[in-house]
Amino acid sequence: MIISIASGKGGTGKTTVATNLAFSLGKNVQLMDCDVEEPNSHLFLNPEIKDKQAVIAPIPLIDENKCTYCKKCMEICRFGAIAVVGKKVITFPELCHSCGGCMAVCPEDAISEGDRELGDIETGSIMENLFVQGRLNVGQVMSPPIIKKILTLARDGMVNIIDAPPGTSCPVIAAMKGAHFVLLVTEPTPFGLHDLALAVETVKILKIPHGIVINRAGMGNDCVKEYAKKENIPILMEIPFDKRIAQVYSRGELIVEKMPEYKQKFLDLFDRIKCLVKDPADKGAGIK
Amino acid sequence: MRELVILSGKGGTGKTSITAAFASFSNNMILCDADVDAADLHLLMAPDIQQKTDFQGGNVAVINPDKCTSCGLCIELCRFDAVNDVFEIDPIECEGCGVCYDLCPEKAIDFPIKTCGEWYISDTRFGPMVHARLGIAQENSGRLVALVRQEARKIVQKKNIDLILTDGPPGIGCPVIASMGQANAILIVSEPTVSGIHDLARVGQLAAHFKIPAMVCVNKYDLNLDQTQAIKDLAKEKNIVFAGQIPFDKNFTESMIRGKSIIETDEKSQASLAVRKIWENVMAQPAMNMIRLT
Repeated sequence: MIISIASGKGGTGKTTVATNLAFSLGKNVQLMDCDVEEPNSHLFLNPEIKDKQAVIAPIPLIDENKCTYCKKCMEICRFGAIAVVGKKVITFPELCHSCGGCMAVCPEDAISEGDRELGDIETGSIMENLFVQGRLNVGQVMSPPIIKKILTLARDGMVNIIDAPPGTSCPVIAAMKGAHFVLLVTEPTPFGLHDLALAVETVKILKIPHGIVINRAGMGNDCVKEYAKKENIPILMEIPFDKRIAQVYSRGELIVEKMPEYKQKFLDLFDRIKCLVKDPADKGAGIK
Repeated sequence: MRELVILSGKGGTGKTSITAAFASFSNNMILCDADVDAADLHLLMAPDIQQKTDFQGGNVAVINPDKCTSCGLCIELCRFDAVNDVFEIDPIECEGCGVCYDLCPEKAIDFPIKTCGEWYISDTRFGPMVHARLGIAQENSGRLVALVRQEARKIVQKKNIDLILTDGPPGIGCPVIASMGQANAILIVSEPTVSGIHDLARVGQLAAHFKIPAMVCVNKYDLNLDQTQAIKDLAKEKNIVFAGQIPFDKNFTESMIRGKSIIETDEKSQASLAVRKIWENVMAQPAMNMIRLT
């Protein structure tokens, strides 16, 4: 089973829910940090990293001995990543989307593909559980290929918990697609509600079952609860607005370790999620 | 023309609330919401929309089944696995590269422009504002960010405005990079948590990579004084100007509920005084006093 933890708004508690849920389940869990711009789960779980692989994207390499400067590559490229100026071809690797169009269209077979490093993926373990995280290199723009690569590492028969990036555009879609359930973490404030509603629209487009966790419950107003009721979306857990929790988080510690009474609440959350996942075969063998 | 961009790396540290508070201090600026994925500044600004324009973010390929001979070339060429085995294109997966459209031997693929969102020019009680809404599950947020900033620059020239105040997106990727090029400086709003510091370091590295001067302030500094000190140490080490710290204050949430800035709620509160001091520090920096050509 794959559970994607998302939010729309940043800083609502995605990582808190992902890491505490993973730790509470205790075994047969793989945590996959897909917030590749700012991966934070490792700060709370202290995984033992065993392997690191670069994520590379192909970029065009021009063989100027073969090139006749016909400009077909420049014409097909929608991203402005190749310019032919007189008898010179200039490529802009950071604009390239690796679509391969230039190579496919070149009549002289003058284009081959080289590598550009977008970031890396680290894999390791947390006691008997698995851990994966991606990291976008500073200065690179293309995070979706890293996220898609992480998702290929989801394991059958395990509970795969995805810590998704904030927002509603391509990186978030990449981190939700293929999930059996999306858990939307929000806070009970106008910003939390506004961005939750955007995230709900995103999940609806992808047709994935979903539910809400209200973090910092009690800090704002009832707008999120009213919205959830109106939209008929279940609220699966509330984490209170409590200075002790904020302090535990600030030190990089897990709530379930410092306040053990929360472990059962996260296990209850998981039971509620299991009930909402449509295909019973997806519920992940060996959880019990 | 000067531009200050508010960033954070980590989401939810208070970028938008601090942008709104800064807006309360100046009467000659334009607001620009560059968090087009999950824009929230309008919730505090109650913008009166004067102009609304579609954002044409790119094209999407569509197969015409009447002309398609199922030759399979598009499936072979598509690097994004957007074409399924019955020759339909998933618009969410389609990258808009046009390779299938250009190379289909039957000319059976259309490539219409798609509207990916809208952008607005509005009036607010603090001056003009340019903002946008990216459609759900759309791409090209970086281009929309670049567009709202460019439109803000046009208004600056027309109205002889002194400052662009830009509320940026979280992270360090495509929209963030699009939000900081050509800015005078960025102000990173951090929080005294291990995540806040980790993400501050990454966004600071990004600013250094693009040679944009960076400053930092700490929100809710009193949550963890050790981590606040760690932020000050990191700032010193990385040549990031430390602009000040703000105590936790429930007025941030209450102001949000009322659709106001914290300055409007209570300008004499400790948090409001701290934000004013940060504003003065930021505006006194040499980087903020260099006039950039638009």
